[in-house]
Amino acid sequence: MNPPVPILLPAAPEILVLVMACVVLLIEAYDARARAAAASGEVGVPRVAGYVLTLITLLAAAAITAFTGGPGTAYAFNGMFVDDAMADLLKLMTYLAGIAAVIYSRQYLADRALMRGEYFALLLFAVLGMMVMISASHLLTLYLGLELLSLSLYALVALKRDSTQAVEAAMKYFVLGALASGLLLYGMSMLYGLTGTLELARMAQVLAGGVENEVVLAFGLVFVIAAVGFKLGAAPFHMWVPDIYHGAPTAVTLFIGSAPKLAAFAFVMRLLVDGLQPAQGDWQQMLAVMAVLSLAIGNLAAIMQTNMKRMLAYSTIAHMGFLLLGVLTGDTGGYSAALYYVIAYVIMSLGAFGLVVHLARAGHEAENLDDYKGLNARAPWLAALMGILMLSMAGLPPFLGFYAKLTVLQAVVGAGLTWLAVVAVLFSLVGAYYYLRVVKLMYFDSPRSLEPIGTPGGDARLLLSVNGLGVLLLGILPQPLMALCLDTMQQALR
Amino acid sequence: MLEGFPILSLTIWVPIVAGILVLALGGDDRRADGTRSLALIGALLGFVVAIPLWTGFDASTPQMQFVERTAWIAAFNIHYYLGVDGISMPFILLNSLTTVLVVLAGWLVIQHKVAQYMAAFLIQSGLLNGVFAALDGILFYVFFEAMLIPLYLIIGMWGGPNRVYAAIKFFLYTLLGSLLMLVAVLYLFFQAGGSFDILSWHKLPLTMAAQLMLFVAFFFAFAVKVPMWPVHTWLPDAHVEAPTGGSVVLAAITLKVGAYGFLRFTLPIVPDAAHELAWLMVALSLVAIVYIGLVALVQADMKKLIAYSSIAHMGFVTLGFFLFNTLGIEGGLVQMISHGFVSAALFLCVGVLYDRLHSRQIADYGGVVNTMPRFAALFMLFAMANAGLPGTSGFVGEFMVILGTIEVSFWWALAAGLTLIFGAAYTLWMYKRVVFGPVANPQVAALQDIDGREFLVLGLLAVCVLALGIYPLPLTEVMHASVAHLLNHVAHSKLVY
Repeated sequence: MNPPVPILLPAAPEILVLVMACVVLLIEAYDARARAAAASGEVGVPRVAGYVLTLITLLAAAAITAFTGGPGTAYAFNGMFVDDAMADLLKLMTYLAGIAAVIYSRQYLADRALMRGEYFALLLFAVLGMMVMISASHLLTLYLGLELLSLSLYALVALKRDSTQAVEAAMKYFVLGALASGLLLYGMSMLYGLTGTLELARMAQVLAGGVENEVVLAFGLVFVIAAVGFKLGAAPFHMWVPDIYHGAPTAVTLFIGSAPKLAAFAFVMRLLVDGLQPAQGDWQQMLAVMAVLSLAIGNLAAIMQTNMKRMLAYSTIAHMGFLLLGVLTGDTGGYSAALYYVIAYVIMSLGAFGLVVHLARAGHEAENLDDYKGLNARAPWLAALMGILMLSMAGLPPFLGFYAKLTVLQAVVGAGLTWLAVVAVLFSLVGAYYYLRVVKLMYFDSPRSLEPIGTPGGDARLLLSVNGLGVLLLGILPQPLMALCLDTMQQALR
Repeated sequence: MLEGFPILSLTIWVPIVAGILVLALGGDDRRADGTRSLALIGALLGFVVAIPLWTGFDASTPQMQFVERTAWIAAFNIHYYLGVDGISMPFILLNSLTTVLVVLAGWLVIQHKVAQYMAAFLIQSGLLNGVFAALDGILFYVFFEAMLIPLYLIIGMWGGPNRVYAAIKFFLYTLLGSLLMLVAVLYLFFQAGGSFDILSWHKLPLTMAAQLMLFVAFFFAFAVKVPMWPVHTWLPDAHVEAPTGGSVVLAAITLKVGAYGFLRFTLPIVPDAAHELAWLMVALSLVAIVYIGLVALVQADMKKLIAYSSIAHMGFVTLGFFLFNTLGIEGGLVQMISHGFVSAALFLCVGVLYDRLHSRQIADYGGVVNTMPRFAALFMLFAMANAGLPGTSGFVGEFMVILGTIEVSFWWALAAGLTLIFGAAYTLWMYKRVVFGPVANPQVAALQDIDGREFLVLGLLAVCVLALGIYPLPLTEVMHASVAHLLNHVAHSKLVY
């Protein structure tokens, strides 16, 4: 009798990305020209092979995901891996974020001799880790994906080996990340001891039948949620966010600030909704505390920042607070609002960090807020794009960010938590201040030099324009994306 | 009448598209004349497409007219739902006309980033029309908040020395109000069983507790915009720092949005709470009329004086609204339109002086009549209208509101009547110090009288002020049916226990 052939089709995109990540790594190792350039520290030699291969891989993975992703739910690897509507949507967004990150970063990396094969290989491994997390239906798969993502990111942060700041950031990230992983494993072990299974769907069944020891459940939950908070960057587990965003090369910050949030959202959904739904009453309260703290700390601390990357880092914390508000309502409307929010956030964050990367030229970073003074006089189009993104992040109509906040607030009010909605809008008001300050710097202040900012990289400029105008267009016609998120969640939770 | 022709959409989108075109085609200040002409064409087109609203309006019905309704965000039952009644229609015309004037007024004054300036006003105009036409809660909110963005940029980019402070204060102040309203709108959505239709909210029975909460949320949103005492402090700053065009739009239109909100949201949606808290609203209005009138008296800065006078005049509007009688509400509406003309004209007059002398201080002027007689004559008319002289538009609204107040309480009417004294005092005293007397200094002696363009702008407004003052019937006729319907609606409690 032959052993049963495993059905691998649901995991086809993951397999492709894995193979290609290895190929990209190997090509670099055997490319003599590249090795010579690396040895001599020569600047500006484009690694076309790695760049093109990465883009092709992500596009191909997108094609596979789009074609294999049916409306139904498929399992692979004995139920450890799930491919459902939510996974497809989140993966497509992840590829999109990866593609945008690669295109936005190309010039930046080339200028700083960072455009090495490792960057592309690590980026692909990180994407793979996210994909595995998104498709996890088993605690082990979840952990596997999480670690693959995290380890790739630690290395990416330290990509600029000779920068003390970057290496320090990488160390901090690694130590704190390892601690969070430890907490997660500890929590998982408690849940395993309690339910006797690592499979998320099975765990939900067991928990629904009632558990003997509520204390173990509560402790397991606390540890797991702490890890969730860390991965999302939600207060009070947010300490790493500003330092890592600030310390990492901007091109890496761009990546860290975008796609991993999708995976973190999947992490929350798989773990809390698929696996721990019966304990909703417990985690709801913890998430509420985290959400309010994140909104408060993120928005208040962002006001005091003078560095654009740090400011955006704190703003991320506040955005994650909003995301948690959507999740904690505990119904399909709330989950789809959170899904919509995270997608909107990733689009906005890509644009904002993309512009920061784009405005940085060889030998000059556009990191400090003062660098944006009078941008309207020097590069009106880029200033307009940044203006759109800032106002969108502030949650003003008619931009995408408003509808993201709207759907979340609607879910929160619908769940009868009107006071939470009032708290959220009050902190949004605080948030509006620092986003408006960027607009103020760009439009009201006079530039320190009148020299026009000529930025190379037509492809990045084009994509940034699409990104910025997309935020406006999705704000004027929000229906398609909103409906897509709602449909996806309804399918995934059926 | 072209049945089903999307006139309201045109009034919203023609200026916005024109603004985007101006932005796209006129990036260069060296081709500023072309940019200005393009902006003027856009503004005129915006006004022309709004005219059918007046000519095709059926004044005999309180129903919404020119209705357009299509699904916008079907997933959340949000509609692109537009329509006007006798209350909102005049404001769309007022706004479209003001945009033309503002473009003309900024013609030569703005030499720096002309395209962005003109585009901001055109886009702002479209968004404001959207506010007055929207009948879907979210659509209203989108326009209501989006209109802050162009105004923020206008104040911050072309304003006076303290413009950044004023712009941010203006923005955050008004945002605070609107965010609370957003929660109220979402709450109503669930109470109404999943509908953002404002007209269906009018019929929605609510408990007193819910009505009071909603009242407070709407109060913050609209009172800040009006602005009512004590949340008025952003206005003097914004007015003083804004460029002339910004002040004009702010005074003539943006303030009206707040008052309009009271009529469209507060009174019909929470009538019982409105009755319950009417004493508070009346008290705040009277404070605005009396106290702010006194504050206006001591201002040394002309723009600040007119800003405070705006607050006092808007106090009249809110006073009229919360009397719950026809004279009060119609008087308030007439006052809004009249104030739109008069305050716009006064800010333009100050702008005319400021462009020449670069000072807004009353003390820097004196004897202007000797060098600018044509200007002095027009300025006189507007000053009189601001003081409420019979025969000007300023008189009609104030008189109606005072009559309406007497129906309710003699003492309130007496307090409100004080405005006629204070208004005359601060306006005419300022006028006297600026225009009459001996020529104050050599700079005043060198002043040039207004040119054809300035004369056209002020002359147009003068015609409007006189026409409305002598024969206000066409305007009150248009709003009569809608106001009667509103009063009838508000008179019936929709309380549930």
